[in-house]
Amino acid sequence: MDEESLLLSLELASGSGQGLSPDRRASLLTSLMLVKRDYRFDRVLFWGRILGLVADYYIAQGLSEDQLAPRKTLYSLNCMEWSLLPPATEEMEMQTSVVKGRFMGDPSHAYEHTELQKVNEGEKVFEEEVVVQIKEETRLVSIIDQIDKAVAVIPRGALFKTPFGPIRVNRTFEGLSLSEAKKLSSYFHFREPVELKNKTLLEKADLDPSLDFMDSLEHDIPKGSWSIQMERGNTLVVLRSLLWPGLTFYHAPRTKNYGYIYVGTGEKNIDLPFML
Amino acid sequence: MEDSTPLKQKIQHQELGETGRPWEEMVTASQDPEPALSEASELEQGPETGPQPRSSPPGILQSGASTPVDDLVGPGVSSPPSPSQEPSSTPSPLAPAVQDLMAPWQSDKTTSVISEAGTPHFDHLEQSSDNGESTPHQTCQSEGNTFHQSQQTKCHLYGPRDVSYNNSKRKELRFDIFQEEDSNSNYDLDQPESGASEVAPSMLEIAIQNAKAYLLKSSSKSGLNLYDHLSEMLTKVLDKRPENAVDIIENVSQDVKMEHFSIKLDTLQNENEMLPAYEIAEKQKALFLQGNLEGADQEMEDEIAEHSLPNVMESAFYFEQAGVGLGTDETYRIFLALKQLTDTHPIQKCRFWGKILGLEMNYIVAEVEFREGEDEEEVEEEDEPEERDNGDNEANEDELPRSFYKAPQSIPKEESRTGANKYVYFVCNEPGRPWVKLPGVTPAQIVIARKIKKFFTGRLDTPIVSYPPFPGNESNYLRAQIARISAGTQVSPLGFYHFGEEEGEEEEETEGRRDSFEENPDFEGIQVIDLVESLSNWVHHVQHILPQGRCNWFNPIQKSEEEEAAEAEEEEEEEEREEPDYIEQEVGPPLLTPISEDLEIQNIPPWTTRLSSNLIPQYAIAVLRSNLWTGAYAFSNGKKFENFYIGWGHKYSPDSYTPPVPPPVYQEYPSGPEITEMDDPSVEEEQAFRAAQEAAVNSTEENEETEEDEDEEDDYD
Repeated sequence: MDEESLLLSLELASGSGQGLSPDRRASLLTSLMLVKRDYRFDRVLFWGRILGLVADYYIAQGLSEDQLAPRKTLYSLNCMEWSLLPPATEEMEMQTSVVKGRFMGDPSHAYEHTELQKVNEGEKVFEEEVVVQIKEETRLVSIIDQIDKAVAVIPRGALFKTPFGPIRVNRTFEGLSLSEAKKLSSYFHFREPVELKNKTLLEKADLDPSLDFMDSLEHDIPKGSWSIQMERGNTLVVLRSLLWPGLTFYHAPRTKNYGYIYVGTGEKNIDLPFML
Repeated sequence: MEDSTPLKQKIQHQELGETGRPWEEMVTASQDPEPALSEASELEQGPETGPQPRSSPPGILQSGASTPVDDLVGPGVSSPPSPSQEPSSTPSPLAPAVQDLMAPWQSDKTTSVISEAGTPHFDHLEQSSDNGESTPHQTCQSEGNTFHQSQQTKCHLYGPRDVSYNNSKRKELRFDIFQEEDSNSNYDLDQPESGASEVAPSMLEIAIQNAKAYLLKSSSKSGLNLYDHLSEMLTKVLDKRPENAVDIIENVSQDVKMEHFSIKLDTLQNENEMLPAYEIAEKQKALFLQGNLEGADQEMEDEIAEHSLPNVMESAFYFEQAGVGLGTDETYRIFLALKQLTDTHPIQKCRFWGKILGLEMNYIVAEVEFREGEDEEEVEEEDEPEERDNGDNEANEDELPRSFYKAPQSIPKEESRTGANKYVYFVCNEPGRPWVKLPGVTPAQIVIARKIKKFFTGRLDTPIVSYPPFPGNESNYLRAQIARISAGTQVSPLGFYHFGEEEGEEEEETEGRRDSFEENPDFEGIQVIDLVESLSNWVHHVQHILPQGRCNWFNPIQKSEEEEAAEAEEEEEEEEREEPDYIEQEVGPPLLTPISEDLEIQNIPPWTTRLSSNLIPQYAIAVLRSNLWTGAYAFSNGKKFENFYIGWGHKYSPDSYTPPVPPPVYQEYPSGPEITEMDDPSVEEEQAFRAAQEAAVNSTEENEETEEDEDEEDDYD
């Protein structure tokens, strides 16, 4: 959620129950503004909160002019001092895929994972148990990246693509209409499109290239992994991800307010197919 | 005007010194109604590249585009190989979109070139889709020449716009240039200049040109330019002729901008979009007005209402300190809905238990205790007695094999007000909607609820399809989960509750556990720091649910012994009963055990404690968060405490859920010769059998014969 409209956004996203305490809110408003100035971001988003056992991580992301450029992620334990996280790499993801369980809350905590590795010694090849240490910071980076790629949501029309290349915020976006707001196809993944090129020409003909340049949520697998609800009558549409429980996307139709926030344990819900 | 547009294109094209081909493509492509002219125009430059679909000009444009990025005059980068690449790389381009972007380039060019030459360029090809869409084209950015293309396409947009506004002047110039364009070959910069130089530039005209050029400058952010925008706006106003146009001109401007992003596919208006919002507003209005109902009974209601209605706002305030909560607005509505609940039902105690999220709708749960003796009668579901095969089939004919499968005896559910059914739960989907009472929970439901993991949909009558099959629908599953969550996470500070003072109530061992507690009037509160630091300062005040599914253990053997006595004549039970004579009693932690005794989940502590604020610890409260049931919170400020649940209603497990395997096939019937399948005898066996039989018959016949002979002999005598 945009830090400019933080208070309103928190109020709109409060249906999921997890929010921020007043002192965190106040600290966020102050510190995010400073972060924006220091890092020269165009927009700063408060991404959410990952609940750890000892402490919680508060995550913010900074965007540059081009909205789809890789974002810089910062974390903080007290909403005041922010530290930049390294960008996520595939290697990190592979490493952290073996770590299960909750986050500790201590960024220097190391998870130990024993692996069997083949060690070549001379001509003999035998397996040895190697204990690999994975730092929690790496895990944090990787999880945030996964969540972003999987479930960060943006409504259709909020961004548009210019022929120069960069993606810009659409200043004339006045919100989705009510009928559009109830359809999953009006929401896109806020990431580089993956499935767009696999569409048939027929489908592409209906797309507007300046607006439909991202994947829509409609074809997410498994089907039904999004829960779309209208709250407060028809004045607020809330999307909740079932794959990463804790991610809430809200949008007030016919207004410019939209955003998403993740408050959760940072674990994927692998049982989703059983639960539907 | 359209006539000259291809020529204009040509001019621009030539000014850039590009190869004619891309321009021609563009010319032809954007030329809807002037196929003739397009031929006339300098297609000779590159007709071979001609057969490009009309829709692909922008791509072509890009290719040869040598639009200077900064230097407006000089030929920009023009990569020869790009033309060949471009056409293929352009999927469905939008001509007008690209043309929009051309405009700024156009304007730039004009300033650099002779002013007059600039104006003709404004006359443009009639775009087929002149709906004002200036959406940048996807393909435009494909290569590095994005800027070029955008510039180029922009200029195309000028034509139709300007046509409507500055016809006369342009026509003259066009005509001049038209004649210029008759010849083939590349024109260099001089030619258009020479054509345009026929019109004598004057200071005023130059100023006009400059102003126009400025207006035509495209925005670096959105790719639009003011000239086009103004022309679109004026077009719209002139077409529609609204009243007081000057007052709404800003809205018109905004609408025009927004139109760029929406495709009007149909003209049907969506009516009644706000109906559900109005509905719920009406319902909630009723909530707000309920206080003004009967004034006479107010006193009595107040008395009871004071006790039963919880101070939801106060708890919400504390929970907000912890970062948990539903937002003030929604909480207040829930508060009013609870008040409505307490007003309409005879309720002794009421508590806002929490919110369970569902797929389509959510549940707001209220925990309620009815007043003594005013229990609403539940629909008693009779437990059907075990239908054992009681040997009624002892017919005279063939006895059917009797299955000795005995369904495990269903464990009776606990009485209301005890154990898992201590409280009654009401749910509603949204404050303002009617409250629905959830049925009591049976042990079987709890046992199976432990084995399945399903999302709630929000509708209480949804069937739960699962393995093991859940006995009930969503309302039962919801109730079971609520019972489990309550048993696992409802905690209070140590000493807040204590057992009743009456001693000597120890009855049989099986019912020895105390299951009633009272508020301790002498509770003095615990320091918040202590509450945070040590988990032993918190205790569970809801009974633990045994594996059996009940809180008070029920011994199924006792029952069956009684039944056995009644049916002692039957023999079958003795044969078939395979249960051991003694089932171990299930024991759970007694009431009011500190939560430090809770089991860990694979090295994860079951509870996380926090101070609500590190900045102002004097007034901070202790917050407890369950790691086993994600979403269960408890707070205490030393004296007061409250529990709350907000979440999906599932237990946490670091491992993934594995559905239970169906058990092996059960041997139901005794296997004996009468029901054991046997193969039919084969031919040899039959023959052998027959032979044996015959042999036997023969031998008896012989015996009989000899006997007869003997008899006969006897008779003779």
